[in-house]
Amino acid sequence: MKTYTASITVTLRRAILDVQGKAVENALHSLHMPGFADVRIGKHIELSIQAVDADSASSAVREACDKLLTNPVMEDYHFTLQEIAPVEAA
Amino acid sequence: MNIGVVTFPGSNCDADARHASAITGNTVHSLWHKDASLPTGLDVIILPGGFSYGDYLRTGAIARFSPIMNEVVRFANAGGLVFGICNGFQILCEAGLLPGALIRNRNLSFVCKDVFLRVENTDSPFTNVCTAGQVLRVPVAHGEGRYTASDEVIKGLEDAGQVLYRYVTPEGQQTDDANPNGSLNNIAGVTNTARNVMGLMPHPERACEALLGSVDGLTVFHSLARHCNAPVA
Repeated sequence: MKTYTASITVTLRRAILDVQGKAVENALHSLHMPGFADVRIGKHIELSIQAVDADSASSAVREACDKLLTNPVMEDYHFTLQEIAPVEAA
Repeated sequence: MNIGVVTFPGSNCDADARHASAITGNTVHSLWHKDASLPTGLDVIILPGGFSYGDYLRTGAIARFSPIMNEVVRFANAGGLVFGICNGFQILCEAGLLPGALIRNRNLSFVCKDVFLRVENTDSPFTNVCTAGQVLRVPVAHGEGRYTASDEVIKGLEDAGQVLYRYVTPEGQQTDDANPNGSLNNIAGVTNTARNVMGLMPHPERACEALLGSVDGLTVFHSLARHCNAPVA
């Protein structure tokens, strides 16, 4: 078994107005930072998982996202996986 | 009627729901989120308002996996009447018993006030004592009550008469100002295709006694009683 860490980003679906992002965008503009647009606010979830390989780790993370971590009615997600090198025995 | 009211960790309107059920002449059964079975002979299950599991992750996201929810889903699929109020509505959406989702209010504020609801369809176990277009005064108290769903789902709900209540002005007009949270089409309450499950963001259980300013919430309890041929107190 190998250990992987997953970094999951969850955001509201594009079609849904992100009111929090809108409020932050307006705050940026009122702080005289006019160049910013399209502010989207989401969640960042990190977890580690043991799996035989990266493919099975990916499908486990996808299942966790589909079942619990996100709601497909309103949210999209993407994630990256990184294998953690085993600690060498001293 | 026999009404079961579920308490999740963080429910805070369960006592109100039990009280409103009791004063309308029903036998009340307190149900616990860890229960793995239901009492026999239940007519209605109420999922009350509150902040189940602290609203962690998303509203209702963790409550929907409580042991009792397996029983609630089975009860609903067998035709049992299920009524989700506020957080209960959010749980029903997460559980897939109702379409759509409830997200952060348009103005990002927690809104706590009386609103006016127009009854859109009286052909349901929840609205059958109302007249079409009747306007009810009922309080809301939520931060995440903006009903959303895909365009196709909204169209399906509208075409099938599954929108039971809409936010309106006291005169019954559907305006943007009358919408407290930015819900699509001013939707306040919806039912499933079989019409035995309803979710409603406002709190009818808080509008069942004149002392509290409105008795319009009684219409839900009286409708359920009529549907079940049960006596009303």
